[in-house]
Amino acid sequence: MRRGVGRVVLFVLVLAVLWGLWEGYRWLWMREAWTWPFVVDETSMPHLHSIFQALWSSARPGGVGPRLITILFHSALFTAKEAAVGFALGAVLGFCLGALLAHFRILARGFLPWVVASQTVPILVVAPMVVVWLNPKLPGRFQDWGAVAVIAAFLTFFPVTINTIRGLHAADRRALELMRSYAAGNWRILWKLRFPAALPYIFAALKVSATASVVGAIIGELPSSIQDGLGGQIINYSQYYTTQPTGLWATNVIAAALGITFFLIILVAEKLVVRRAPENVA
Amino acid sequence: MKHRRYWVVPLAVLVLVGAVWAAAGAGASTGKASKTKVTLQLKWVTQAQFAGYYAAKAKGYYDQAGLDVRLKVGGPDIIPEQVVAGGGAEFGLDWLPSLLSARDKGTKLVNIAQVFAKSGMTQLTWKSSGIKTIPQMRGKKVANWLGGNEFELFAALTKAGMDPSKNKGVTIVKQPFDMNLFMKRQVDSASAMTYNELAQVLETKNPKTGKLTKLSDLNVIKMQNAGTGMLEDGIFTTDKWISDKNHQAIAKKFLAASFKGWIWCRDHAKDCVNAVLAQGPTLLKGHQTWQMNEINALIWPNTQGIGIMDKAAFNQTAKIAKQFKVIKKTPSGAYRDDLAKAAVAQLKKQGVDVNGKGWKKAVVKVTAGGK
Repeated sequence: MRRGVGRVVLFVLVLAVLWGLWEGYRWLWMREAWTWPFVVDETSMPHLHSIFQALWSSARPGGVGPRLITILFHSALFTAKEAAVGFALGAVLGFCLGALLAHFRILARGFLPWVVASQTVPILVVAPMVVVWLNPKLPGRFQDWGAVAVIAAFLTFFPVTINTIRGLHAADRRALELMRSYAAGNWRILWKLRFPAALPYIFAALKVSATASVVGAIIGELPSSIQDGLGGQIINYSQYYTTQPTGLWATNVIAAALGITFFLIILVAEKLVVRRAPENVA
Repeated sequence: MKHRRYWVVPLAVLVLVGAVWAAAGAGASTGKASKTKVTLQLKWVTQAQFAGYYAAKAKGYYDQAGLDVRLKVGGPDIIPEQVVAGGGAEFGLDWLPSLLSARDKGTKLVNIAQVFAKSGMTQLTWKSSGIKTIPQMRGKKVANWLGGNEFELFAALTKAGMDPSKNKGVTIVKQPFDMNLFMKRQVDSASAMTYNELAQVLETKNPKTGKLTKLSDLNVIKMQNAGTGMLEDGIFTTDKWISDKNHQAIAKKFLAASFKGWIWCRDHAKDCVNAVLAQGPTLLKGHQTWQMNEINALIWPNTQGIGIMDKAAFNQTAKIAKQFKVIKKTPSGAYRDDLAKAAVAQLKKQGVDVNGKGWKKAVVKVTAGGK
């Protein structure tokens, strides 16, 4: 309980410091009229409170229509759907690939460089290709957003694969020998020994992937003609950045919040699963 | 062995996927089987630039023609020519030089209706800079969005003896979607469509005066006047798709309904703006009202009837495109006007005014921030 209170206090404190840094930087640069690295004014760095004000007030003037935060919340839900499916897809595929490569060294030698290469291709290049190739072949209910989920999966699978390989090799040697002496098969060793030992590694990867899947979903929306998600809002508000700078910042705040939510969900899942494992030493 | 809960992981994944699947299923609508489904790939995100199509949908013109039309928004990474050639849409909307360029490179696309009859492309400079003409841009920093939107500007610069593609005589800067580079005077000139970016500049405070930018603070150099205006938004499809007689009938219906939408937007500009605003909860009325007015000015008045290609204008676009190496060969078969003519004739028969001779540009007051 006490630790919880401490954490909340720390969180608020850090938030206050960040707030102070932003406003302080803004104030100093504007007062001294410094232009390096960029000119600071209402457009490039709006007040933090005006960003949150923009979130809370309605998206159109005169108080008509829904609040911006409501609109962005629905966009975030849409993006969350793409990211969640992509994440699940990427996690499962990433794990399977990792398990395969961990068991067959020859495959690992042959394929791992390509797995790494896949991640060096910028996602901005991959995304339009996935949309053009995949979208026409998707059944109606997956049209458009299904391709985005695949793009999110593309960013998700890599850390999972790499950490699965490492994790599966991290099982205690003595335990391995014991299992072998009992004539346990590879499958049994995998599920009873290697997989539990790999869990902390896998969760470390899942935490990285969770946020990456949100980024992948947002980037995937850009070439997909999807207006309902956060990506669509980002294009829209970047077009009007000159006249409504707070809109783009507000969208960024919500996008960040979505990524953090994904991260927290994995964190909770990790707490539930890994804590019970005696192998949890990493 | 102690019972451990590793099964939680695959189970959680399963539940997650299942839930999303169900959600997706609930959201999917059952298609209207009797209507012909077609898709139009727009050039950019939702705005009054595409008002006619949104209006045709909202007013039920597509419905009445037996069409179920999907309007796909564009974006920075979406090239309508690619989408249509790849089968992602039957119809696309883009500037004519982009289509000519795609066709020149072997993608067999054909323009079936030229909706905008005039060019809305301009270069802005600050009045205080003294740059009033294209030749005065020599040695200056000139911004443009590039990616297929640079042809009119590049042609104008080349005409004035510069080589923009090699940055000789002029420095070309890639312009983002917003106008901040120009407002902060980090470039000497920036591209602006009469219907969008020009309004954004006017809706923003001039950093020098602290008041909303006035037209008198600016020089607006129109490509139309510089002699390198090209034809912009036009509807195209693939040679292959349109060679089918049934598809030609569909295209004719699609064009007639779309034109009717544009005609409604001409006669009911205010209501049409509302139809656009209904498409995006964050779009602002002031800005879209300005845009609607300027877009109407690119279409109306129209002596031949909306959507019918003006041969002379086509030839000018093609000539400039070839002169400035956007294309290598003189285009042939790049457009057909039979479908647009048939659609216009059909509307005329219904007593619809397809010329808008009496249309006059309204005076739209700029609002701060486009509100």
